[in-house]
Amino acid sequence: MTVSQVMPTGNREDEIQIYDLHKSFGDLEVLTGITTTVHRGEVVCVIGPSGSGKSTLLRCVNLLEQPTKGRIFILNEEITDPDADVDHMRTQMGMVFQSFNLFPHLTALQNCSIALVRVLKKDPEEARRIAQENLEKVGLGDRGHSYPAQMSGGQQQRVAIARALSMDPEMMLFDEPTSALDPELVGDVLSVMRDLADGGMTMMVVTHEMAFAREVADRVLFMDGGVIVEEGPPEEVIGNPKEERTRAFLSRVLDPTHVHAGDEDTAYAQRHRTAPDHDGNGKLPPGTGFHSPGGVG
Amino acid sequence: MSAISSTTEAPRRKKLSPRKRAQRIRIVQYAVLVLAVVLAALTIDGRQLQQVFFRPDLVVQTFGPQLGTAFVNTIIYTAGAFVLGLVLGTVLALMKLSQVGPYRWLATIYTEFFRGIPAIIVLLAFSLMGVAFPGFSFPFDPYGTVWVALGMVSAAYMSETIRAGIQAVPKGQIEAARSLGMSPGMSMQRIVLPQAFRIVTPPLTNELVLLTKDSSLVYVLGLFASGYELTKFGRNLANSFANITPLVVAGLCYLVITLPLTYLVRRMETQQRKATR
Ligand SMILES: Nc1ncnc2c1ncn2[C@@H]1O[C@H](COP(=O)(O)OP(=O)(O)OP(=O)(O)O)[C@@H](O)[C@H]1O
Ligand SMILES: [Mg+2]
Repeated sequence: MTVSQVMPTGNREDEIQIYDLHKSFGDLEVLTGITTTVHRGEVVCVIGPSGSGKSTLLRCVNLLEQPTKGRIFILNEEITDPDADVDHMRTQMGMVFQSFNLFPHLTALQNCSIALVRVLKKDPEEARRIAQENLEKVGLGDRGHSYPAQMSGGQQQRVAIARALSMDPEMMLFDEPTSALDPELVGDVLSVMRDLADGGMTMMVVTHEMAFAREVADRVLFMDGGVIVEEGPPEEVIGNPKEERTRAFLSRVLDPTHVHAGDEDTAYAQRHRTAPDHDGNGKLPPGTGFHSPGGVG
Repeated sequence: MSAISSTTEAPRRKKLSPRKRAQRIRIVQYAVLVLAVVLAALTIDGRQLQQVFFRPDLVVQTFGPQLGTAFVNTIIYTAGAFVLGLVLGTVLALMKLSQVGPYRWLATIYTEFFRGIPAIIVLLAFSLMGVAFPGFSFPFDPYGTVWVALGMVSAAYMSETIRAGIQAVPKGQIEAARSLGMSPGMSMQRIVLPQAFRIVTPPLTNELVLLTKDSSLVYVLGLFASGYELTKFGRNLANSFANITPLVVAGLCYLVITLPLTYLVRRMETQQRKATR
């Protein structure tokens, strides 16, 4: 069966269905045939070396990147269909970014309520109530009136989670939510995510936190070179990997004394320093006036 | 070789320490200044100077209700042109960032055209519209004419600034907005533009200062006295008094508007710099 003939399973439990997903940037093939399904309530952690296409996979799922080939179904509706109501489908998937991407000109409460009012057309009072509820869920009920720049990275990331949760999504996508945080702030964010997982949220999490993946994931995908090299329960993929590439990767990240432990970090830092996200426009006077968390080195 | 001989000679000549040298340079600078002041005092007749540029009785005569009208008119011409320029400049900036090629070309042609020709020509051209198209006139004449002419010119400059401001908003902001289900238009309106305008407030305020001064070009138009702004008013009085004092007063009035604005820009810029620390 060719990909164009693929049909959604129609099963309500199959929330994210990805078939033979390819993505290239110019000549660079980043994803070369990814097929997987994320089920209702499942927590899937995506691990793999820097540049293996983890972020790209996640961004294809809510069409922040347009796949070159392949089909993706969200709740059995095709998001890769050119006629799909992508804006509506995105309201069903919360997304949390590595660099938070909070709206700096809005308070925490407004960050959480703006899409409720503007997209879901909720009454402002009700939107505020929902926003407050979700801020409380992430332990920031008293910071509703703070602006992002007045909060720590960990608090900002929790507001970002609350913002996504406020839309009452069916599933959540996380792209390395703790990578930009100081080590002592990682725990708060992970515990919010743990609560979400315990509450039965469907989650797809790109992460470098192996301990978290081991504890929370139902399934781990190990990606390398644009394909899923190995997948299965964390005890197997992380605890007892079958593939040589998985073993090599895990020994690098799990054993800090390993000779090549630094490689991963260096490669990562290099790629992300030049990330287009943080490109200012050189023509303006210094400073945009806003805190850009990911860019702070 | 000369290079070698000079280095061998160097130790013999007594070299000044850097501190001594700096001190000597400063002494020379002060000496030149003192000399210039003394020369000026000897050659320039201070009283005559004051009689030409700042005669007290003419200062008093210049101050009057008409100066007030001219001052207010300068502000009205400027403000109207600024608002129009801001709106048109934003539209042009969005056109420049459009996916549709022809919009980008049109906006670029517009910008290059109006930045490349003297504002005074635009102003004159618009003032002749009524002659060229009989029966045509701008609403709120002469204000309408000036607003449209200066607004169209300043829109060309502002569109570049605003475009740069929009592009300075990190891409992640649009991605976050889109991931919440916002349409491209809504993301632009609710998320990007508010941030872009904050970024460009200082350069746009500078544009306002320039525009305040450019409003003086209105003096080329044939106007009724009620439409005079500071320059035209000052020039007419200067002509009838055969004295420069009214123009000096008019110039000082511009400073009353522009200096606070310039100060404001500097404060906003330091604040932005602090905020990014
Ligand atoms: N917009 C883009 N344009 C061009 N190349 C891109 C773009 N986005 C990603 N890439 C490239 O695609 C490859 C995969 O990137 P991706 O961000 O998906 O990797 P990743 O697995 O998330 O890595 P990391 O752990 O460093 O985040 C990299 O080589 C990257 O340089
Ligand atoms: Mg990534």
